[in-house]
Amino acid sequence: MTGTELGLAISVLLACAVEAVEALTIVLAVGVTRSWRSALAGVGAAVAALAAITAALGPALTALPISVLRVAVGGLLLIFGLQWLRKAILRAAGLKERHDEEAIFGRQRAQALQAGAVAEGIDAYSFVIAFKGVLLEGLEVVFIVLTFGANQHDVSLAALAAGVAVALVTLAGVLAHRPLARVPENTMKFAVGVMLASYGMFWSAEGCGARWPGSDAALLAIVPATLAGALVLVAILRRAQAAPSAGTVRT
Amino acid sequence: MRAIRAAALGAWEFVVGDDWRIALGVAAALAITALAADATSSVWWIVPAATALVLAGSLWRAARRR
Repeated sequence: MTGTELGLAISVLLACAVEAVEALTIVLAVGVTRSWRSALAGVGAAVAALAAITAALGPALTALPISVLRVAVGGLLLIFGLQWLRKAILRAAGLKERHDEEAIFGRQRAQALQAGAVAEGIDAYSFVIAFKGVLLEGLEVVFIVLTFGANQHDVSLAALAAGVAVALVTLAGVLAHRPLARVPENTMKFAVGVMLASYGMFWSAEGCGARWPGSDAALLAIVPATLAGALVLVAILRRAQAAPSAGTVRT
Repeated sequence: MRAIRAAALGAWEFVVGDDWRIALGVAAALAITALAADATSSVWWIVPAATALVLAGSLWRAARRR
């Protein structure tokens, strides 16, 4: 496995694990409170929809010329990665509330309890909430799998990494039977943001005709430089936070 | 028609997210890189420099909005 492939696998694994933890919290809340059968049916339907999207878009993306693919998909990956990194930096600096799976689980449970009586057979509320939760969190994973996989011409490796992450999170959820609040989600999101932005910069600039010094080895400098830059921004924002008028951003 | 509009809005939200200026900055950096690459191939620094600037600018605006 080359360094680029390893980076691809790690990025997809981390991103997928984070999204799977978030989806698991939603499914657990409706499953425990209302109907496991309906919640799992919702999960199954969402996974089928995600698989269909991946199967439809994967071959179409890999059929594009490499320069077009690198500009378009690399650019999208960079924009998407910067959104992740922006939120992660704001959270690390204390300017945005951190993701709290226990609190989210509590809110989802309260809403599920207030949603009326549980229907016999398939409970529509449990099905829809589980379906929406898994589909929305899964779409981010599909996006990352397809963009990384297509650029690297290895969608199967990206899909395998995503599958491993889902399996691990599902196993942990089954064993714990509660939200995975101890997973360092914010740190993982920070790492994913750094990786997505780094690979996005590399591929999109290359697609535009830029030649990186050292070719693929440039990634060994881009990833640490992006991480260092992000940590400097966290330090600057934390220092600014110490000023008297500090508060929390809601974005 | 309403479904198409909702899908387009959803896709915009999904990719562009909280700050559209990041997407605009990245698109501008890629356009400048593509134009400059016709003259020289030493244009690799444009995208990282622009990325640092748009991210710092976006964070600065978010911090000011507190």
